Amino acid sequence: MEMSFTPEQLAFREEVKSWIADNMPSHIREKAAVDAYFGHADVMEWHKVLAKKGWVAPNWSQAHGGPGLDAASRFILTEELELAGTPFLSPFGLVMVGPLLMQFGSDAQKQRYLPTILSGEEVWCQGYSEPNSGSDLASLKLSAEDDGQGNFILNGQKTWTTYAQYADWIFLLARTDAHVKKQAGISFFLCHMKSPGVTVRPTLTTGGTPAFCDTFFENVVVPKENLVGPLNGGWTLAKALLGHERTLIAAVGASTRAIGRIKRIAAGTKVGSQSLLEDPAFRGKIARLEVKLEALRMANYRTLAGAQGGHAPGPESSILKIRGSEINQQCFELAMEVMGHDSLEWFNEAGTVPALEQWVPSAFNYTRATTIYGGSNEIQRNIIAKLILGLPSL
Amino acid sequence: MDFQLSADQKMIVDTAASFVKRELPVERMRHMREDATGWSRDVWKQMGDLGWLGIMHPEDVGGFGGSFCDAALILERFGANLVSEPFTASAIVAAMAVRSGSPEQQERWLAPMVAGDTSLALAWAERGGRFDANSCATRAEKTGTGYRLRGEKIWVLNGHAADHLVVSARTAGADHEAEGVSLFVLDASAPGLVRKTVKTMDGQKAAMVTFDCTVGEEQRLGAEGAALPALERALDYGAAAAVAEGHGVMKASLDMTVEYLKTREQFGVKIGVFQALQHKAVDMFIETELTRSVMLLAAIKADVDDVAERQRAVSVAKAQFAMSGRFVSQQSIQLHGGVGVTDEHDIGLYFKRMHVLTTLWGDEEFHLARFARLPAFGAR
Repeated sequence: MEMSFTPEQLAFREEVKSWIADNMPSHIREKAAVDAYFGHADVMEWHKVLAKKGWVAPNWSQAHGGPGLDAASRFILTEELELAGTPFLSPFGLVMVGPLLMQFGSDAQKQRYLPTILSGEEVWCQGYSEPNSGSDLASLKLSAEDDGQGNFILNGQKTWTTYAQYADWIFLLARTDAHVKKQAGISFFLCHMKSPGVTVRPTLTTGGTPAFCDTFFENVVVPKENLVGPLNGGWTLAKALLGHERTLIAAVGASTRAIGRIKRIAAGTKVGSQSLLEDPAFRGKIARLEVKLEALRMANYRTLAGAQGGHAPGPESSILKIRGSEINQQCFELAMEVMGHDSLEWFNEAGTVPALEQWVPSAFNYTRATTIYGGSNEIQRNIIAKLILGLPSL
Repeated sequence: MDFQLSADQKMIVDTAASFVKRELPVERMRHMREDATGWSRDVWKQMGDLGWLGIMHPEDVGGFGGSFCDAALILERFGANLVSEPFTASAIVAAMAVRSGSPEQQERWLAPMVAGDTSLALAWAERGGRFDANSCATRAEKTGTGYRLRGEKIWVLNGHAADHLVVSARTAGADHEAEGVSLFVLDASAPGLVRKTVKTMDGQKAAMVTFDCTVGEEQRLGAEGAALPALERALDYGAAAAVAEGHGVMKASLDMTVEYLKTREQFGVKIGVFQALQHKAVDMFIETELTRSVMLLAAIKADVDDVAERQRAVSVAKAQFAMSGRFVSQQSIQLHGGVGVTDEHDIGLYFKRMHVLTTLWGDEEFHLARFARLPAFGAR
């Protein structure tokens, strides 16, 4: 039983910390100081800074251009980036399609796509959900028909295609056989976003940010070499994505930063002669949330220790997504409560609230998505009920 | 970072699991709640022979010289079967208080307990003092030959059966002051020591104790008036122990409930097919897993010398356990339905033990407040 990091790991943490301090562009640093929203340009600029250092894809093996870090160092790198408030990089290439290509792609596909994901030259988005296929993803209808001339023809609509308006490529699940069990007729494709017949309609999130899109496909031609894995084998790829490294999904670093911000806002909010941070009721609420976060941090450490020891994720890791997303939401709920009347503000154009508070209402709205995306928390509970508790189904 | 059990620890867990399964089924606990002592001196002796009572104590007193982690692993097994023997009260909390004494004192009071020949109790809580160790109105006034100790202690776990009681008493200072608290060891038969046995909700026993006793210098542990750190340390071990035992209680409650969902039929189906019940069971699982995590946190940090680091970890663990344990025990009754509220069904026994464990050695509010007073809380 040992729960400290090794001297080498602690030295690596210091290295990461000082590297971030030295290499964060000043306009990104200014936004990070108040946890402002980072637009696409900020995100890709930071992507390229990290790529140059070789740290943009902590989980990639050296063979594919990753830094070749062990599990603990990957964890430390990611946590320090979260704690410093750096832009959250687009996960669609780095975390999703990249590792899937490494596992299931052909050599030609790996050579074609992985280097530009790493460099940030090409941006990806995800085409999974459809208007009538959310939690029941396998019911998806976007069709891909073999035209007999070396192509598939795509017709249909994808939704919640986050940041599709900036994407060069989309990875998507499409129906290639409508006459078999629904999971058995799905294939995994890569489609260029500039293909004729692709249209993107951006929509605002409740946070007022342009994150979502609807993406329409009308007779879009996708060459056969853009099929990943076997024809009708797409569901296996979709499920594989869920099994990827889970030590990073608890957002413990982000929530730690959020609690720090709650304390700073509370310390700066005077009620009579004392600050809200000194108010026993608020102090108790903050303490309760921080205790829950510390418990999650320890659960995260257990998963990390398992990964470091080369063990498959145990039951403790299945709870990280559920609890991590709930705690992240609770952080913003509490921040809003601490802000009181200031929590009514929206984008602060008149400069009426302190900069530190400015982005809280937007994030308070947007973080409602954390318990929905990546498989809603109810779907996660269904999975745990079946696979871990062994409860029967109807 | 490594949370794998060592070979020794695996052996401890295996031995504890099979002993508890063979000798201490839950049914036995039902008999023990009618027993005047509430636990068995024969079983206690066996625990001594197995090396458990001294598992975290030095070899000088006949112990195994292990860590608190080892004791926590045993307690997890005890929690699963609602074991009645006063392991935490005697072999951890009171024993740690005695460890603040001289080698001679430890030889006199700790060694026989480690062997399983005696048991100990720590008398510290007072009326109106909630969970503050420094809230100590019991006084020990200096006399020519020693002290006259007068006062009252409440809910002294194992106080009704212990051979020796460790008692906190003020030799100086006002209520709530850190300075001036001393620890004394008294024979249970000491003239002027009056014990009133009380039942606790979970079928165990404790004592309300009043003192008007003469004690000698040689009965004082450590320097006069400087015992608060040792007392608080002993209580933190108690809190960490409650989390470990509590995790065992939770895991058993979860397992019983999941088993019930898999076997109970209504509407022509096993009720475990219903999503409303499945999700409650999953939430119970989540809380149980989180408690296992904080159990490890507290078990590892209970032994560290840095007081603030220890207090932070123990308070995180105890507060999280209180929240999680309450949820799991409440839902376990709910999912059992009416039968869960009968005395015949074991799940209610687990509910009761859970309440006792969440309250002892500082409840949720106490540990949240302490957590928020630590220097690390201000860091942002």
